[in-house]
Amino acid sequence: MKGAQVLVELLKREGVEVIFGYPGGAVLDIYDVLFDTPEIRHILVRHEQGAAHAADGYARTTGKVGVCMATSGPGATNLVTGLANAYMDSVPIVAITGQVFTHLIGKDSFQEADTTGITMPITKHNFLVTNPEDLPYVIREAFYIASSGRPGPVVVDLPRDVQQKMIELVYPEKVKIPGYRPTYRGHVKQITLAAGAIQEAKRPLLYVGGGVIASGASEALFELATKADIPVTHTLMGKGAFPESHPLSLGMLGMHGTYWANKAVMRCDLLIAVGARFDDRVTGKLDTFAPNARIIHIDIDPAEIGKNVKPHIPIVGDARMVLSELVKKVEATAHPEWREEIERWRREYRPPYRESAKLLPQYAIEQIYEKTKHLDTIVVTDVGQHQMWAAQRYPREKPRTWASSGGLGTMGYGLPASIGAQVGNPQKTVILISGDGSIFMKIQELVTAVNYCLPIKIFVMNNSFLGMVRQWQGCLYKGRYSCTRLMNPDLATVVQAFGAVGMTVTRKEDLDCAIDRALEVTDRPVLVDCQIEEEENVLPFVPPGKSLDEMILS
Amino acid sequence: MEHIISVLVENKPRVLARVASLFARRGYNIESLAVGPTQNPEISRITLVVTGNEHILEQITKQLYKLIEVIKVGDFTNTSFVDRELALIKVNAPSNLRGEIAQTAEIFRARIVDVDESSLIVEVTGTPDKIDALEQLLRKYGIIEMTRTGRIALARGSQSLS
Repeated sequence: MKGAQVLVELLKREGVEVIFGYPGGAVLDIYDVLFDTPEIRHILVRHEQGAAHAADGYARTTGKVGVCMATSGPGATNLVTGLANAYMDSVPIVAITGQVFTHLIGKDSFQEADTTGITMPITKHNFLVTNPEDLPYVIREAFYIASSGRPGPVVVDLPRDVQQKMIELVYPEKVKIPGYRPTYRGHVKQITLAAGAIQEAKRPLLYVGGGVIASGASEALFELATKADIPVTHTLMGKGAFPESHPLSLGMLGMHGTYWANKAVMRCDLLIAVGARFDDRVTGKLDTFAPNARIIHIDIDPAEIGKNVKPHIPIVGDARMVLSELVKKVEATAHPEWREEIERWRREYRPPYRESAKLLPQYAIEQIYEKTKHLDTIVVTDVGQHQMWAAQRYPREKPRTWASSGGLGTMGYGLPASIGAQVGNPQKTVILISGDGSIFMKIQELVTAVNYCLPIKIFVMNNSFLGMVRQWQGCLYKGRYSCTRLMNPDLATVVQAFGAVGMTVTRKEDLDCAIDRALEVTDRPVLVDCQIEEEENVLPFVPPGKSLDEMILS
Repeated sequence: MEHIISVLVENKPRVLARVASLFARRGYNIESLAVGPTQNPEISRITLVVTGNEHILEQITKQLYKLIEVIKVGDFTNTSFVDRELALIKVNAPSNLRGEIAQTAEIFRARIVDVDESSLIVEVTGTPDKIDALEQLLRKYGIIEMTRTGRIALARGSQSLS
């Protein structure tokens, strides 16, 4: 069997149902096999970066490994941003790239790039297959590495001759990687210590991140939080890990976190970090982060423990397994005083909400939420102000219903990621909240959404500015708006030319009607251009390098 | 503080690049690096001399372990170990000074491994201090060029990293 056939057979064995890709010279053999493989759906994107983000959106919202494919050279380099994005947010992706013939490697051949060299620092691992016989083992290992331990992207670079060579189809039952043995089970002694610390704490706080979602720990988290009466704050990546409508939920913490979540961090006497990595956007000034707290840090990646903050009780392990054990060792308890203190903060401050005849972004997102909350939705965002407004005002109740570029902050992520989310969840309503900066970064993927009749609901918070950068220029650079004013074409007209439905909302009172109409469309994407107040800021705002209690509130 | 770290890795292409790239992107300093095969042809050993405080060393170790092809990482600090480095030093050696140079080399148990009419190459093995000392003494004759390997090390006694 040809190498390319073996590859496709193995992809089927790994349960791959869909590949997001773009053909080219160095993957012709694989595409030729795909031509006869109805079991695997191929989604043709319009730029390889879109393929990587789509695989990412698919993986985040389904929990499966996302697969993308590109040709050698520019095809592979176009994947780079998508891979870096997935790496920062620990999303399992297998990227298959074509490579020039092995005898042409290193000769600056046509469409040759050192794909494994380029992707080395932005992937969990990568492979260049030079011996065709290795192919089955490499594919098996790639999927295993991508999806186990702390998940992440893996690149498999396949030279053309490896795709063409006749090899035997084998399916390695076991993978043997001597240096890779993720720790899943937490150390019993450490878990006992953690249970003791929880029992002693007067003001405990759970700080949960994407690891809770990746490991499927939401139920265990819910049990622990409710049994031991511990308020929960989540990171951007942890949105959906704990139901935001629950009284114990404090919403997001950090730079644009809620007033009460940040207050709680500064005041808590025990911080239980689960699957979170003390990112600078979360901690603000590190020295003053959670100054009164003992810290328990639960993470599957030992390198995260002690990287930014030295915990008192480190626990290396899978969040779900560790929390399940921890729940058993913790006695039911209540912290009425602590809860009351938090409620006082909730009453003390509401994010400013100007009454305006104009369309305000906060209002727009709240209305989108009101009109879609009864539906089974997945919310995808791009990067910028709209992302923070969405994180603040579109609550999520369940894991894998939220996809947003956290670590890398990749503008342009949203549209292709929502394609991946919709392909992976055809029954759900996929809502993309984007901005006028972000949407144009990958607008060509609207063609993909139209081609595959994906009824994604796109709401663009259009302020004719690179809003977040403008906000920083306003707050930190004396309002000198250097190069942040965007001169946009009429979005509705643009997307209509693509074959999508386009609408424009300029007045507050027209929004509801536009949302209703958007929800009625079932056979193509819809974009609602929400022309919002231009100079609205995201608040609260902890300026970079400041402590979490130095929030700008109005 | 200086640490000698021994890393057992799968003997695969690009594994050295992975280690070097990790140090570069995380901003760790490498004083020296030596890599070579072990008694097991599937495993290579990389010996790194690095500087950093306890926190940095802990991160270096953990980050190294994250590389899929890294099997074992050992830090020799606070253990008893043997470490060696090798240098080749080419010095000016007019015939009237050869005896003197040879004598100096002798004291360091160094060997002369190449001779021509006006120069010779001294091979010396030992700790970095010893090599520094010999280099210092040979300077006055004029060092034409020299090369040093990275340091390699093994723990004393019957214990092994693997």
